[in-house]
Amino acid sequence: MTTLPKTTQKKLGLVIDLDTCVGCHACVVSCKGWNTENYGVPLSDQDAYGADPSGTFLNRVHSYEVQPESGPAQLIHFPKSCLHCEDAPCVTVCPTGASYKRQEDGIVLVNEDACIGCGLCAWACPYGAREMDQAAGVMKKCTLCVDRIYNENLPEVDRVPSCVRTCPSGARHFGDLGDETSEVSELVAARGGMDLMPELGTKPVNKYLPPRPKDVIPEFDILAPYLEPVAKTQKGFLGWLDKALEKI
Amino acid sequence: MHPAGSVIVFTVASGLGFGLLTWLGIGLPEVRGWVAFWHYALGFSLAGGGLLASTFHLGNPQRFLMAFSQWRSSWLSREGCLAVAALAVLGLFAIGKIFLEANWQVLGYLGAILAVLTVFATSMIYAQLKTVPRWNHWSTPALFLLLSLSGGGLLAAQILPSMILLALAGALQLAAWLSGDGRFESRGTDIGTATGLGVRGIVRAFEPPHTGNNYLLKEMVHKVGRKHAVKLRLISFALMILMPLGLLMISGTALMVIFAVLLHAIGTFAQRWLFFAEAEHVVGLYYGKR
Amino acid sequence: MGFEQPKLNLSPRVSDEIRKTTCYMCACRCGIDVHMKEGKVAYIEGNRDHPVNKGVLCAKGSAGIMQVNAPSRLRAPLKRVGERGSGEFEEISWDEALQLTQDWLEPVHKENPEKLAFFTGRDQSQSFTSFWAQGFGTPNYAAHGGFCSVNMAAGGIYTMGGSFWEFGQPDWDRTKLFMLFGVAEDHDSNPIKMGLGKLKERGAKVIGVNPIRTGYNAIADEWVGITPGTDGLFILSMVHLLLKAGKVDLNYLAQLTNAPALVDNTDGPNKGLLLRGQDGKLIVIDRKTGKPVAFDSKGITPDLAATYKGHRTVFQHLAERYMSDKYAPENVARRCGIAAERIRAIAADLARVAFDESFELDQPWTDFRGNKHKTMIGRPVSFHAMRGVSAHSNGFQTCRSLHLLQIILGTVEVPGGFRFKPPYPKPVSAHPKPHYKVTPGAALDGPHLGYVQGPDDLCLKEDGSPARIDKAYTWENPMSAHGLMHMVISNAYAGDPYKIDVLFMYMANMSWNSSMNTGGMMKMLTDKDENGDYVIPKIIYSDAYSSEMVAYADLILPDTTYLERHDCISLLDRPICEADGAADSIRWPVVEPDRDVRGFQSVLVDLGARMGLKGFVNEDGSAKYKDYADYIVNHERRPGVGPLIGFRGEDGKEEGRGKPNLDQMQSYIDNGGFYEIHVPDGANYYKPWNVAYQDWAVKIGIYDAPQPYLFDIYSEPMRKFQLAAEGHGDRQPPEHLRERIKETLDPLPIWYAPFEDENVDTSEFNVHALTQRPMAMYHSWGTQNAWLRQIHGQNPLFVPTKIWEVNGFSEGDWARVTSAHGAIVVPVAHMAALNENTVWTWNAIGKRKGAWALDEKAPEATKGFLLNHLIHELMPEKGDGMRWSNSDPVTGQAAWFDLRVKIEACEAPDECSPELPPIKSPVGQGPKDLAWKVGK
Ligand SMILES: Nc1nc2c(c(=O)[nH]1)N[C@H]1C(S)=C(S)[C@@H](COP(=O)(O)OP(=O)(O)OC[C@H]3O[C@@H](n4cnc5c(=O)[nH]c(N)nc54)[C@H](O)[C@@H]3O)O[C@H]1N2
Ligand SMILES: Nc1nc2c(c(=O)[nH]1)N[C@H]1C(S)=C(S)[C@@H](COP(=O)(O)OP(=O)(O)OC[C@H]3O[C@@H](n4cnc5c(=O)[nH]c(N)nc54)[C@H](O)[C@@H]3O)O[C@H]1N2
Ligand code: SF4
Ligand code: SF4
Ligand code: SF4
Ligand code: SF4
Ligand code: SF4
Ligand SMILES: [Mo]
Repeated sequence: MTTLPKTTQKKLGLVIDLDTCVGCHACVVSCKGWNTENYGVPLSDQDAYGADPSGTFLNRVHSYEVQPESGPAQLIHFPKSCLHCEDAPCVTVCPTGASYKRQEDGIVLVNEDACIGCGLCAWACPYGAREMDQAAGVMKKCTLCVDRIYNENLPEVDRVPSCVRTCPSGARHFGDLGDETSEVSELVAARGGMDLMPELGTKPVNKYLPPRPKDVIPEFDILAPYLEPVAKTQKGFLGWLDKALEKI
Repeated sequence: MHPAGSVIVFTVASGLGFGLLTWLGIGLPEVRGWVAFWHYALGFSLAGGGLLASTFHLGNPQRFLMAFSQWRSSWLSREGCLAVAALAVLGLFAIGKIFLEANWQVLGYLGAILAVLTVFATSMIYAQLKTVPRWNHWSTPALFLLLSLSGGGLLAAQILPSMILLALAGALQLAAWLSGDGRFESRGTDIGTATGLGVRGIVRAFEPPHTGNNYLLKEMVHKVGRKHAVKLRLISFALMILMPLGLLMISGTALMVIFAVLLHAIGTFAQRWLFFAEAEHVVGLYYGKR
Repeated sequence: MGFEQPKLNLSPRVSDEIRKTTCYMCACRCGIDVHMKEGKVAYIEGNRDHPVNKGVLCAKGSAGIMQVNAPSRLRAPLKRVGERGSGEFEEISWDEALQLTQDWLEPVHKENPEKLAFFTGRDQSQSFTSFWAQGFGTPNYAAHGGFCSVNMAAGGIYTMGGSFWEFGQPDWDRTKLFMLFGVAEDHDSNPIKMGLGKLKERGAKVIGVNPIRTGYNAIADEWVGITPGTDGLFILSMVHLLLKAGKVDLNYLAQLTNAPALVDNTDGPNKGLLLRGQDGKLIVIDRKTGKPVAFDSKGITPDLAATYKGHRTVFQHLAERYMSDKYAPENVARRCGIAAERIRAIAADLARVAFDESFELDQPWTDFRGNKHKTMIGRPVSFHAMRGVSAHSNGFQTCRSLHLLQIILGTVEVPGGFRFKPPYPKPVSAHPKPHYKVTPGAALDGPHLGYVQGPDDLCLKEDGSPARIDKAYTWENPMSAHGLMHMVISNAYAGDPYKIDVLFMYMANMSWNSSMNTGGMMKMLTDKDENGDYVIPKIIYSDAYSSEMVAYADLILPDTTYLERHDCISLLDRPICEADGAADSIRWPVVEPDRDVRGFQSVLVDLGARMGLKGFVNEDGSAKYKDYADYIVNHERRPGVGPLIGFRGEDGKEEGRGKPNLDQMQSYIDNGGFYEIHVPDGANYYKPWNVAYQDWAVKIGIYDAPQPYLFDIYSEPMRKFQLAAEGHGDRQPPEHLRERIKETLDPLPIWYAPFEDENVDTSEFNVHALTQRPMAMYHSWGTQNAWLRQIHGQNPLFVPTKIWEVNGFSEGDWARVTSAHGAIVVPVAHMAALNENTVWTWNAIGKRKGAWALDEKAPEATKGFLLNHLIHELMPEKGDGMRWSNSDPVTGQAAWFDLRVKIEACEAPDECSPELPPIKSPVGQGPKDLAWKVGK
């Protein structure tokens, strides 16, 4: 349905912790592996061993440098996949109905059998979350691992997206952001989870937890007592040592 | 945005074609029989050829029928439906004119409206995209329509109205370029809002997520050199607006009109190339590019 | 018109079968679930039950599927037909290949085994390959540790009987302040990430000390962008501050370290050694009685402040040294590139967390003296360090400095601190010493590698010349516990100390990213003598892929990939234990090879039997093992102790010790590919001194008897080398090394400037140049991976803002980078979060044209580059005719990160230089497009 459902029963999505992501690309490759073998056509690669390799990935890890007003520059690793927007422009532009947002959980999907590969949805997405597969000519995007999260052939603990399961640092969280009491919603509330490009009105479901403040060097005045010398001279130090040893 | 040949051909040709068909639909010029045949043939082949060209852009064109289904929400679907409707209605109208000596003018008007709407729908495919601030503006449909009608008008040899429309298009084009140039900035979307990190300081893209190429970079992160763009703008403006206007001011002979149309068409190709090439998609921000 | 959502199958079949084995894409060795469809590998994910990765998997691990089907896989044994280095080979049969190998090796074994140099690179079967080399009788065996991180290993073992690297870990669940020195990725890559995740979840603080702020350092709460090579100074400055403030754990030092030991003050051959009793035990002064007693006497309070007959305690020496103004923050700040205030703040924070936030675990334990403790005291400060510290020529001492810091804070092997993983802790004395006695036609007299305890243990021939081709365990680098792989080719080429006949290597890309002086290395491998024979006569190499090194060998023994063979990750080797458990694991052929390749270890088993090597044949001369799998199950190192700890004994019910069990391999497979024995509660901290741990370690076969020991803040073995340099003892160093030994083998940690700083003009070569491992690439072998190479297919030189601006660089620019040794031309990129005098690039992305089945125009070959071209294995000539190796003077660790360069902007060329001619690919080139899906 290129029109969006008025409401969805759940808002499943990811919460990505920028304070924890080390930029290892594990989620990128795990996603590639799962989605090559599962939902829809494989994620193909062109000129795979050649001079200009390229390929379809549903999740990519950027990195940014931030220069704060004072203090050293910071580096932030930044994974990005479909944000499963509530007001998903990629869905409404689709001429065939291939792109749709699921009524039950809000997952935005492409029905590959109906996709003509016009590319308009990728143009409409501000986040670069859609990539046209060059071999199959159909649009690919994060499926939120819809074929994992309900999959009864998987043990229950494994019914999470592939990228979440694999993330070594635990920077990726999955859950229902429509439910205020869910763990992900609580995380978002506690850590000030943010939207990307809120001004575009897409209302992303996925949220990003901002990095915690960095390089806040504690006031030395508070710490100074910890380094108060116990003696001025070598001899004095031995004296202190003697006394200190008595106490233990 | 990547200036794909097929899409440029599509928008330019179908714009001219539907423009011509609009004029024909309202009976300007009033043509019949073989003359009508050639006029309509030109109109239909431009419009239809353009549409056909657009399918070269598709990954799975064989499924094109499905694209008629989402007219409630999708401008691309609407465009398809409108185009078919316009072509069908005007086709009937043309059959009447060419073969049956009939003038079902109601169909003509209806067809003209549909043709205009088709061009409007085409333009809205671009204008609706908030992700491409340069396009996301009323001037996009306005310009598409003016160019379609003026170009079509030239083809229909409606010299005076075409000249007026062309002048208007020229003025609008200048305005669109001017206002378009600053629109990305003025929308307030930048690498800071894209990453949400702007509140912490000045954000700069460090390493890209992949050293290899990908669809996004090829399709949406296309950069034309500034110098290049200015030159092309001059050329396209001269070809598309100034020279046709100048020629027509000198004389209105058929040869002159044909010449003017050709220059205009070439100019419009250049203009359309720029329309894509200069358009910057917000996704480029993630790559530190625009 | 209502819209019908497509009906999805939300429970598609995931796979036909899951086969559990062990990842091989790095030394982390995570457990993997290999999902099979129609007999093919369909998808790889982490094994949730596995002790190492607990389900997570890194990018390389997930991309294993592209490794197993890589077009660069070798297909059959290859015999060189063109010139060395050309890449021209013919495929031969295994019979021919094995016959040729035997023809080359057997005479060497019979006549002079030292003429074989057998070196293995990123070997995960070192206990086996070394056993084979031992059977062969050559002293010339080592793995890659010498150019990797021997400083880290040896620094830890000589100081506290265990090290960082993968031999220990922070107490991730309890630590509150974690300091990370010089780590980009490390071997423990998933556990470190999981650990950092835990710290972040708890809001614990992470301080990253690294000239470069990426990866782990990017998420650090505080970043210390230190000047390369100066960590030791920074650390000792913090030691200075903590000592001055009395913020040291005196009880810990007195009870558990050699700080209370007495340093002999009498001039002569014993000066500086520690006083010992008749029984050889260290003597301390008991504060209660003031009397000298053996250090391990029950109930004593060793006195740190004692002076006994003029002999002062180690602690007093230590205090005297580090409280000197030399180490005051003000005096090190400039050199380290860290403000004095910052050094104070960090030291104060360490003190605050270690002492104010200390806590007690309600866990009684008994120490080796028999004293009972009601609780375990926790100090929630922990450290971890790796090659940023160790890959410098002052790395050994810097590692020691860092251990000194954590020991004075009392945070090693305590809750919240740094914890060893079994089989560590293990004191120096419990390690073997190096063996080098060669007997033609017979085995070596013992294991090659070990830990020397003084000059007597050096591997020197009667005439004092080096016994080993790599000159390990010589005066040049006496404590070179892992050998010096980076010197093998260069020494063999120079015939210094002697010529060899066969160079036999296994998985080490020595003509490319693994060597220093890459260009020179290629020349040495291809140079001929006056007779037209190659200077290094015969080269046999085993690789699984078409690497750069393949072209430089005469005979290639193609290996299987990791999913196609048996392997074991053994406690006899570098195991996969965690602080709370001993663990080992296996690999097994989850798919059969579709090429004419054989597992290298099985080939060694075969060769061993053919040549009748000790350990590989029965008494009747028949082959002892069918293949490697058979060896894994049936080999016994010591009675009852074999490669694997699980399912031992005839019934498979014993663990640790027990007779071989024929079903062991299948039991491992059924158990998910691994076996874990948990450290019992109460034994899991204070391990070096904890009776419960010691007993457990004996029970499972780690030790044969309890081995409690004191931490060697003061290193006696080092002092013994110094004594020799001072002229004491029979074994004397050559004159030119005396001063260096006196200076650098100081028994208390010191800092000296990296050697390169003295050898080159630092005002000309004013920039430090480093490499880092990309998390999504493994050395050279990630590049053949169709998925990973899209992430890292080329590598710019990252340049800090200052240098960027001075050179007027802008995006897309190139630079000429020159060292004292060579020059390269490479693309540059700007980075602000970088030490202002440092440039860096990703390691091993650059590829030789023609290698790895890649297109000759692949970005790896045109825009990717190696820094190795700029690094020499020898230091610049000093005019004394000596070959001074570019290594740590204590351990021989390759000093990769000492490198200094200068940077100049230059015209953008088409390709990086040096441009080398392509090598001919023995496997052709990979296919154009991929759409890999095995299931329907
Ligand atoms: N993904 C991946 N993982 C790997 C490998 C791989 O190739 N890829 N290789 C494995 C191997 S063999 C090894 S040895 C380990 C090595 O793992 P690491 O020890 O993490 O090695 P490097 O990547 O060389 O990183 C060295 C770090 O030290 C920093 N550094 C350099 N000089 C100094 C200094 O003077 N002071 C400080 N404080 N920092 C400094 C560098 O900036 C860099 O961040 O990784 C293993 N794990
Ligand atoms: N500039 C610079 N250079 C460095 C370093 C640095 O930090 N900076 N780090 C150094 C360090 S720490 C190390 S450990 C070395 C790494 O040095 P190497 O151990 O040489 O690492 P690789 O490049 O991985 O080379 C290993 C070879 O093993 C082959 N191989 C892979 N799998 C298999 C298999 O299953 N069987 C067999 N037989 N072969 C296989 C690969 O194809 C490859 O040719 O690099 C060193 N080089
Ligand atoms: S992120 Fe892009 S693709 Fe995903 S729902 Fe939003 S607009 Fe659509
Ligand atoms: S590419 Fe496919 S999914 Fe995207 S808008 Fe076109 S038809 Fe719809
Ligand atoms: S949720 Fe699934 S499809 Fe989406 S990024 Fe993660 S792994 Fe890829
Ligand atoms: S796997 Fe986790 S830590 Fe690694 S890049 Fe993805 S989100 Fe970041
Ligand atoms: S860290 Fe990655 S490459 Fe290394 S063993 Fe684990 S999964 Fe494999
Ligand atoms: Mo290494």
